[in-house]
Amino acid sequence: MDSSFFFGVATIVYILAMVAYISYLAFKNSAIGVIATTATVVGFVSQTIAFGMRWKEFYEIGRMGILRAIPLTNLYESLVFFVWCLILGYLVIEWKYRTRSFGAFITPIAGITLAFISIAGVSTEIQPLVPALQSNWLLAHVTMSFISYAAFAISCATALMYLAVTADKRNGFPYIFWTVTLAIFIASFIAMGFDFVTLKVSAKSPQAFIQNYLFKATFRSGSGFIVGASSIAFMAIAFVAWRYGFHLRKIITTFSLTPDMLDDLTYKAIAVGFPVFTLGGLIFGAIWADQAWGKYWSWDPKETWSLITWFVYAFYLHARHIRGWRGSKIAVLAVIGFASTIFTYLGVNLLLSGLHSYGSMQ
Amino acid sequence: MNKNKEAQGPVDNVWNVFSSVTLAVVVFTIISLTSIVGTIIEQQVEPERNIKLLAKLFGDAAAPGIYRLLDLTGFTDMFSSWWFMGLLFIFAANLIICSIDRLPKIWKIVKTPISTLGEDQFKAITSRQEVVLKGNAEKTEPRVIEALKKIGYQGEIRKEGGTTQICAEKGRYSRLGVYVTHLSILLILLGAVIGMKFGFNGSLNLMEGTTSAVAYKGNGQKIPLGFEIRCDDFDVGFYPDSDRPKEYKSWLTVIEGGREVLKKEIEVNSPLTYKGITFYQSSFGFEPNRNAIFKFAITPAGGKAQDIAVKFGESFAVQGTNITGEVSDFSPALGVDPSGNLFTYAESMNNPAVFVQFYEAGKPKFKQWFLKRYPETWKTQMGTVEFKDLWGVQYTGLQVRKDPGVWIVYLGCIVMACGLYTAFFMSHARIWISIREEKNSTKMTIASSINKNRIAFSRTLDRLVKELQGKS
Repeated sequence: MDSSFFFGVATIVYILAMVAYISYLAFKNSAIGVIATTATVVGFVSQTIAFGMRWKEFYEIGRMGILRAIPLTNLYESLVFFVWCLILGYLVIEWKYRTRSFGAFITPIAGITLAFISIAGVSTEIQPLVPALQSNWLLAHVTMSFISYAAFAISCATALMYLAVTADKRNGFPYIFWTVTLAIFIASFIAMGFDFVTLKVSAKSPQAFIQNYLFKATFRSGSGFIVGASSIAFMAIAFVAWRYGFHLRKIITTFSLTPDMLDDLTYKAIAVGFPVFTLGGLIFGAIWADQAWGKYWSWDPKETWSLITWFVYAFYLHARHIRGWRGSKIAVLAVIGFASTIFTYLGVNLLLSGLHSYGSMQ
Repeated sequence: MNKNKEAQGPVDNVWNVFSSVTLAVVVFTIISLTSIVGTIIEQQVEPERNIKLLAKLFGDAAAPGIYRLLDLTGFTDMFSSWWFMGLLFIFAANLIICSIDRLPKIWKIVKTPISTLGEDQFKAITSRQEVVLKGNAEKTEPRVIEALKKIGYQGEIRKEGGTTQICAEKGRYSRLGVYVTHLSILLILLGAVIGMKFGFNGSLNLMEGTTSAVAYKGNGQKIPLGFEIRCDDFDVGFYPDSDRPKEYKSWLTVIEGGREVLKKEIEVNSPLTYKGITFYQSSFGFEPNRNAIFKFAITPAGGKAQDIAVKFGESFAVQGTNITGEVSDFSPALGVDPSGNLFTYAESMNNPAVFVQFYEAGKPKFKQWFLKRYPETWKTQMGTVEFKDLWGVQYTGLQVRKDPGVWIVYLGCIVMACGLYTAFFMSHARIWISIREEKNSTKMTIASSINKNRIAFSRTLDRLVKELQGKS
């Protein structure tokens, strides 16, 4: 049994937990709730074992000191670590707030990440470190970045819950915003499922996957008919979300979650994520770049997008503290912040580098 | 902020604009939006790349026109354009003026120690708790001080006009955290400006065995170093049985006034610094030439090891024998194709291999390939022939930087870490306990306030109450 076995167990159990949390929300059956929590804990333990084993495997291949062997050096490993941080954060919240109702909103983020990993053909191979990555600053930079990403993911989930609970007008912006966000999330999930079923994905790199496979079975299909049908399906999902969104509101409110509590939790997650992101993501990243290349800041797309994300959250904090923004305005900002975070990580690596490659490497 | 609108002159108006959070938000937004464009349009590259990109997005016909427009507005090199610098400048000015505007008020709070609360103020605080203890006030006061000490607060007894209050506070200075964070951003910007003004960024390709007294800017302009730098050797280390690089190493020597003053082996993440100028390992290259030297260590059977250095086509003698050798072929990356033919698979020294023809008493004896990375190829019928290196064909690509501002940037980073910690994880907590003697007992009313982290504080207060009641 190697690390991939335990990771496989974790993936399946997490997906199960996600389904259980959503059913728990729908049926309020406490037995299902216990199953959901148990599954999450089992998945978490299994993933922790997988992480430790991979660390050991990596150490044995690289032979460069135990710290340099932390398995956080490529897209696959970093996404897996993101899921780990997210689940850990979620378990802390479940335990602290003694409620399972957040599970249905946070575990799907882990679920879609795992789905992306599984179908993207993200290389799971252990690769020894190239020279630029042999730095202890990198370790601090990457770990802290992903802790902050997980915190931002949680703030996004609670902000959406806040919007779902408070938005009371069907044609008001907050209501439309959260239902459409939900629809985009569900549609991406389903579309990735279609990719998985209909295409034999054999991409060599995540970039190639994004360019050649992602959503090719649906939104980016060669056939105009399928693209049209997919768009109509998306509209339908969005419409259903919009039409029946108030049911979700009813469900959430029965769990004695007050808007204040959700707003407070959103703020708390950002108050943890922001300093960690600033220190680990921006400062340690700059120090590492300085030591490796002699440039602490070079305005490359990655750095620029980190800065944009940083600005969005700085905006959030100032709007809240100085301007006293509360309510849906600030919740929308938290969701935008996480969207920017996703782009900083995935978009820059996968989309912009794709945009900037001119067929030379394909 | 000046609230009296009639008295406002133009200076006040400008001041008000710069001290507003609205401006900060507008600047945040403009910097972010323009930066997004700057991440899509490739910066500082030849026009063709961006025109191709624009053609993908807007079609072939529109691309050149859009490119000209972007080039004219500075978007093709926007992070050093005047207007982006201007935005950063406005951002800095906004930060300074905002802080100056708000600091006096906060400073006053920070400088003033906790004072007793009047009756009305006391009642205005909503989070109040009451504890009644037996015994008179004199006996109770030390108990309160003791209880406060247990939760980490230093209590002070204040008696004013017949009432007794015990006040305690913690983290008054944490209110400055936000300003410390703002200051750190200014420090980082200042460091960056100093670096741009008094430093340089250049590069230098240095062939093994050559020396240079200058580095080159991106536009080819020479930058004198004030000393000379020599590359003694360059080497790429690979992971076993793969072409995945493990390390890039350069052996550098600094020469000043004709004397060697410093020797260092540099790697990625481990540069050399001399007189404020730092040399980073950033790239390398391979340029075959006739003057390159093949280095061997030959140990004839039963003989001693001897170092051989020889050029392509020249012959050398193996001492203690009547054998001579001659290098007759070379491949920087020798591979074998599926049908068994040898070929060169890369234009860099991934798997250097040398072909040597050996003669005995002038007659051909044997010929063999020697691979630098594979010692099993070094065995021959006359002893071992270690192929050590082909020297003088690789150049090391150095990033050369002088940045007198970098320490200010680092200082700014440290200040920022402290500022953020204070701003997010420390809070200003205040506790007032009014003590009133009643018949046979003393009534204490606890009022408190905190500017952050309310939940943790309420737990501390619960502990205080338990301590006071003697239930701990």
